[in-house]
Amino acid sequence: MIYAVAVLAPLAGSIIAGLLGRAIGDRASQAVTILCMILAAICGVTAWVQHIWLGAPDGVVTLGSWMEAGSLHLDWALRYDTLAATMVAMVTFIATLIHIYSVGYMSHEPTPTSRFFSYLSLFSFAMLMLVSANNLVQLFFGWEGVGLASYLLIGYWYDKPSANAAAIKAFVVNRVGDLFFAVGIALTFFTFDSVELPTIFASIQQHANDTYALFGVHHAYELIGVLLFIGAMGKSAQIGLHVWLPDAMEGPTPVSALIHAATMVTAGVFLMARMSPIMSMAPGALAFVTVIGGTTALFAATIGCVQNDIKRVIAYSTCSQLGYMFVAAGVGAYQVSIFHLITHAFFKALLFLAAGSVIHAMSGEQDMRKMGGIWRSVPITYAVMWIGSLALAGIIPFAGYYSKDAILEASYAAGSATGDYGYACGLLAAFLTAFYSWRVLLLTFHGTPRADHHTMEHVHESPAVMTGPLIVLAIGATVAGFALRPYFIGDYWHAYWNNSITNGANNHVLERMEDLPGLVGYAPLITGVLGIGLAYVMYVLRPELPSLLADRFAPIYRLLLNKWYFDELYDMVLVQPYRRLARALWQVGDATIIDGVPNGLAELTVDSSAQVVRVQTGSIAVYAFTMLIGLVLLVSIFLVFR
Amino acid sequence: MGNAAGFPLLSLITWLPLLGGVIIMCVRGDDATVAANARWTALWTSLIVFALSLVLWTRFDPAEPGFQFIESITWLPEFRVGYRMGVDGISVLFVLLSTVLTPICILASWEAVQTRVREYMLAFLILETMMVGMFCAIDFVVFYMFFEGVLIPMFLIIGVWGGARRVYAALKFFLFTLTGSVLMLLALLAMWFRAGTTDLTVLLNTPFPPAMQNWLFLAFLASFAVKVPMWPVHTWLPDAHVEAPTAGSVILAGVLLKMGAYGFLRFSVPMLPHASMVFAPLMFALSVVAVIYTSAVAFAQEDMKKLIAYSSVAHMGVVTIGIFTFNPQGISGALFQMLAHGVVSAALFLCVGVVYDRMHTREIARYGGLVHRMPAYAVVFMLFTMANIGLPGTANFVGEILVLIGSFRVSFWLSLLGGTGMILGAVYALSLYRRVIFGRLTRDDLRAMLDLSPREIAVFAPLVLLTLWMGVYPGSFTRFWDASVGAMVEHHQAALAAPTHLAGLTP
Repeated sequence: MIYAVAVLAPLAGSIIAGLLGRAIGDRASQAVTILCMILAAICGVTAWVQHIWLGAPDGVVTLGSWMEAGSLHLDWALRYDTLAATMVAMVTFIATLIHIYSVGYMSHEPTPTSRFFSYLSLFSFAMLMLVSANNLVQLFFGWEGVGLASYLLIGYWYDKPSANAAAIKAFVVNRVGDLFFAVGIALTFFTFDSVELPTIFASIQQHANDTYALFGVHHAYELIGVLLFIGAMGKSAQIGLHVWLPDAMEGPTPVSALIHAATMVTAGVFLMARMSPIMSMAPGALAFVTVIGGTTALFAATIGCVQNDIKRVIAYSTCSQLGYMFVAAGVGAYQVSIFHLITHAFFKALLFLAAGSVIHAMSGEQDMRKMGGIWRSVPITYAVMWIGSLALAGIIPFAGYYSKDAILEASYAAGSATGDYGYACGLLAAFLTAFYSWRVLLLTFHGTPRADHHTMEHVHESPAVMTGPLIVLAIGATVAGFALRPYFIGDYWHAYWNNSITNGANNHVLERMEDLPGLVGYAPLITGVLGIGLAYVMYVLRPELPSLLADRFAPIYRLLLNKWYFDELYDMVLVQPYRRLARALWQVGDATIIDGVPNGLAELTVDSSAQVVRVQTGSIAVYAFTMLIGLVLLVSIFLVFR
Repeated sequence: MGNAAGFPLLSLITWLPLLGGVIIMCVRGDDATVAANARWTALWTSLIVFALSLVLWTRFDPAEPGFQFIESITWLPEFRVGYRMGVDGISVLFVLLSTVLTPICILASWEAVQTRVREYMLAFLILETMMVGMFCAIDFVVFYMFFEGVLIPMFLIIGVWGGARRVYAALKFFLFTLTGSVLMLLALLAMWFRAGTTDLTVLLNTPFPPAMQNWLFLAFLASFAVKVPMWPVHTWLPDAHVEAPTAGSVILAGVLLKMGAYGFLRFSVPMLPHASMVFAPLMFALSVVAVIYTSAVAFAQEDMKKLIAYSSVAHMGVVTIGIFTFNPQGISGALFQMLAHGVVSAALFLCVGVVYDRMHTREIARYGGLVHRMPAYAVVFMLFTMANIGLPGTANFVGEILVLIGSFRVSFWLSLLGGTGMILGAVYALSLYRRVIFGRLTRDDLRAMLDLSPREIAVFAPLVLLTLWMGVYPGSFTRFWDASVGAMVEHHQAALAAPTHLAGLTP
């Protein structure tokens, strides 16, 4: 079935490029991986179209059996429903564009890039396994698989210590979330005696009153929801577990676009939608999701306003946008969160790739303070960056307008305290988002050139292999919003989702969104325009203003510039104590205390034994003899007591 | 029950290596000839043994929970002690693990060992006899002999062919492991008095009074906990590993560490259900401490082998958690983790051996940037590092997730704390990999290093395949023990359900 081809073709590409890359050469590896990705994209999009418009029914493609232990049965299987098919189509499409773009971006690499393309394809495969999983453990397989690929790609330039450190940080921080996810899987099995999604979803009502005692007695669903969400917080870089994402920008830019913007980091949002039958029965867990999402949206946006590295600004913006998606998921509007996930995939991939094109043009420079005044030299990049920023800021009619608007409407329509909190955070963050987006645009492309003469001479537009994907993504960032809106959250959403997402019996957010006061809908647009205006004032009309403000509000500025001191805090509270603890356990616990006893004994015997050991043939006899003593003892006791 | 092979297969697998050893002893000639002949004889012997053991793979009946390929010869009839051999779902794959790793070890020692080659190969063949015999024995006395017998060749391998502090390490190894064994001997006698036989098939169905069970359990614990090793009697292991030659570490980590856990599964849990239940919290506590404590200690290590040794202790902590959950997922996961660890940690020690053979140091700080010169090695090392972390798709994940699921049935906290190895393991394993493989290549002597030789590729290839095969299609392994584990769990629950009935029984 073509659906299986869509998932497995990237794996084939990855293996060929990875194992044979040296033998067949760089060009051939690139060609193989890209061809496999194109094949996957064709199959993936076809499968999606077939499902939505040609009436192909839901189904499961079983590839083989995986684990068996007692009542636990697991298959390798691909789930084919609207949610999975939508994600497969999006992932294969974006991944293909990024593979193509990478050919241009990596063309100046001194070392062979077959490894890079192999990793990219491996990532795509893992992501596809994640979104098409039919049981939680396979979802976890994809979940960890994208983590591995992310680790490999962040650390791609393995000579750089900072890249290596960032790679390990990403993996370990993700693992913290993953542990909770895994425990959540265990609780799911404990509750349902199965981790297969169809079985779970079929017996949701049956276990609705199950409880589990942990810090008091709770509904099992609440606990499952919280555990799974902590897993999602790691992967989707929500506040507390977000620290790895900005550092992950050490990887090549296409990686940032593919993994750390468009696909992997959205896995947590996908998980919420996938598990919506359970989540929708867990109001407490959902409230938690909303609060964390809203807080992250605002918190990351504040940091984004003062960062100077172009990629880091976009990274924090990703963090913030993921917060939006969780706000939507938290108020039970999973469809809206997936809608924003898809539009975000287009415009954020676009922004990253455009930033990569800028970096490419500026000979590798990423600091915006050393850019400026280059818009005439890179017209296509400049144009698509505008489109991406308009979409991100939520300006009508670009994609982000529809989805972000819908999130804020949904959180308002929820009518709950947490929903209101999400709305307030989101509205404020929308203002900041527009501000920092235009800050990036103005600092990067306008004003007087701040780069050195040498760099400025080399500023050039990227080759067609890079601008091509940019233009395709720009089209997506423009039209995806109004083209998909009717299906994802508009008039046809019932038919489109076809019960692949459950909103819960008493949740009518999607209906209520339609008739809200007009101002609620326009508020994000208004704040967005205000944000753009502020950026224009600060960076064009009164360019002395930013440093004036930074001086005036120095503590706040430093807090934001240092990312709220999260890294410093973790280093002080977790990393350094752990290092000290490790040494102490080793030197004191093992070497002094535990070994104190046997060493004393050994010292008594070591002198005499050392003599014996010198004569090797003699030693065999000695130890055979020791062994024999045991046997003799045994036999004699038998004989005596019989 | 019965012997599906039609001939004494288990005895053949057990004793054939010893025959190879005898042949090696008969080799005469100058040193080079003897060494070459000894190597080839040992390799062929172990390969033939491996081929024979494949009969177990094909002819073993997974549907039968009891012992198969049974051989029974009366030995001391008046004491009802016999030479009894047999395998069930729990032991059969460990026989295979032993027969797979032995030829790999011999191949890995091909060039690394240049002194006393004949004796070295002899020691390995004896070791194989002892290991296989231990997993096949279904008579307590026979088991005990093999169980203790393993120590002798291992002791010699460390003490003769080991590193600078080999005598200290060998003695420590011997002292730790032997101390526990004495108590097991007492337990053995007590059980024999009670049941009147040392036949395991009888002992497994002999109910022991609860009070007696507790004492027996503690006696077994003394022996098995050292072998596993469990915290806090684990400190012999890092020293033994550091001083042992590469192949010695491989067998030590691959097979010998499984003896303790195997003992728990073979004796403690099925024979002493009440005591197992009573002491399970203690076992959980020790295991969780082992996972967290040794993972932290591993992070502080500066010696590659010590780091992997400590990581072994942490992984075995997961195994002991799984065993004492008494549910199919937990026990199945523990068994799988034992096999997976047998393959992966063996492979990791081989990885260390590769660079040790070239540089003669295990100090992590002496390395760095090896990926520039050894890309194939970097790939292999990465695969096993990831397997060690328990990445899905590799062998260890299956064991870890099953234990996690199984332990959740006992307690949320057991599951969460036992799972911290997922995080802490990533910390030490990735930082080891980074310091050895990544970074700039600055030292001149590292620049001269060669990538994997064909012999080394031949050593790693089967382990790579096994790791992935076990990760992607674990069913072909778990099917061997599903019936046995199911029977064990039922037996356990039945024994617990009838305490009064049990106490009133006399043998």
